[in-house]
Amino acid sequence: MYSLHAITNSVQNWLNARLSSTWVLIIESLIVIVLAIALFAALGLILVWLERKVAAHMQIRLGPNRLGPAGIFQTSADTLKLILKEGLTPDGADKFLFNFAPFVVMIVAMLLLAPIAFANGFQIWNINIGVLYISAISSLSVIGILIAGWASNNKYSLLGAMRSGAQIVSYELSAGLSILTIVVLTGSLQMTDIVQAQQNGWWIFKGHIPVIIAFIIFIIAATAETNRAPFDLAEAESELTAGFHTEYSGMKFALFFLAEYINIFIVCAIGATLFLGGWMPFHMGNWTQFNHVMDFIPSSIWFFGKTFFLIFLIMWFRWTFPRLRVDQLLNLEWKYLLPVSLFNLLLVTLIAIMNWHF
Amino acid sequence: MFIKEYISEIAKATKSLWTGMKLTGHYFVRPKTVITQQYPDNRDTLKMADRFRGEVTMPHDENNQHACTGCTACELACPNATIKVITKFELTPENKKKKALDTFVYHLDMCTLCGLCVDACPSGAIQMGQNFEHSVYDRSTLTKKLNKPGSKIREGVE
Repeated sequence: MYSLHAITNSVQNWLNARLSSTWVLIIESLIVIVLAIALFAALGLILVWLERKVAAHMQIRLGPNRLGPAGIFQTSADTLKLILKEGLTPDGADKFLFNFAPFVVMIVAMLLLAPIAFANGFQIWNINIGVLYISAISSLSVIGILIAGWASNNKYSLLGAMRSGAQIVSYELSAGLSILTIVVLTGSLQMTDIVQAQQNGWWIFKGHIPVIIAFIIFIIAATAETNRAPFDLAEAESELTAGFHTEYSGMKFALFFLAEYINIFIVCAIGATLFLGGWMPFHMGNWTQFNHVMDFIPSSIWFFGKTFFLIFLIMWFRWTFPRLRVDQLLNLEWKYLLPVSLFNLLLVTLIAIMNWHF
Repeated sequence: MFIKEYISEIAKATKSLWTGMKLTGHYFVRPKTVITQQYPDNRDTLKMADRFRGEVTMPHDENNQHACTGCTACELACPNATIKVITKFELTPENKKKKALDTFVYHLDMCTLCGLCVDACPSGAIQMGQNFEHSVYDRSTLTKKLNKPGSKIREGVE
């Protein structure tokens, strides 16, 4: 299978031959930073456009179609507008925290990028506790939202932030438990191991019905964790104007907006890695011929294809379902998702011990 | 039994959610279902509904004749004083004085396009037009004179 190891290794060797190890580290970090920011900017532009198009077609409209073919430059123009706008800080706000919060949300989104394998041998940080790292860092984003809500000195912002807190704390549980099912089956927390374990078939096909249930629970919990409809109580336009980012304008608002879409991408990338095999091509057990044909499709295309499929699924939810009330939201988590995923985890453990999976 | 109820509830919820997703998915994969009008592009072929109320117009026939008797019923019916009918007295062939329309002033900028004037008109002299592109650079151009210069009342309209 084609690997990007060759490219990354040659860059490393080229730098090592010319510079001291400290400078190699610094330059490599700079390369990673540039790549990450480029990915963020590209994702922000593409996902917002995609969302508007998906929403439009589901509501029997056409969506943006004036700027460029099918309106693809609409989001670039919107970004330009947001850059030119004034980033207002309200008089009654806590100035430091108010300006600090967008960066917290953004940094958390950036940190989550580290252990994701974008292609075969293309990963920022191949950490041996990758899954644990992700579930630990992803719960930090609520702190940024709480800071934003508190510092705004606005009742809508505070209510939105508090709702977001209740929501993320509870949905972390079922998201974590559904991630655990895959960890139980793989026996490793490392992203590369999880991907390699799916060489002869993705977990969603190998793990029978319990893994499908875990996948559904993960998608529901991921939707809730990213504060998207039908779980967008933290924003809830019709109730709280814009929730925690009511008082934000200009580029500070854009950072929240961007972080939301980056978070969607990241949870979908994690879902794709755990359940749909990450960059692993579609393999069927021992069909060597078929597997070989599938290997010709580059691994990054597989990864982004799966991720964008999951993103589409989450967008589909958003433009179909009405928003839940806060008590319904907590009911769903504590009365349905949590018991089901606990029982499901037991089943998966049984499957893993008895070696019933393929 | 509790467990049975619990599971059937989950199944019911899943089914109803899937029903909704099926509908939006149906629309998503069929771009032909899009119902929005691509307005500036289809200006030439745009067909407004018959009951669309764009502006008040006074139709004139080929002899430059209208059907307005100057009775001011429309002016009285108008809830926000959009219409001002100025009348004059004309001499009939029998040398009798007769009330006739001089100027039909229509303030489009004050009009809510409710159509009450059209309903009130006893002779069917005014109608709601289909034109809706009313934006202008000068507000005074929105005050319109609806009867054309030199126009007369049609024979036989009382």
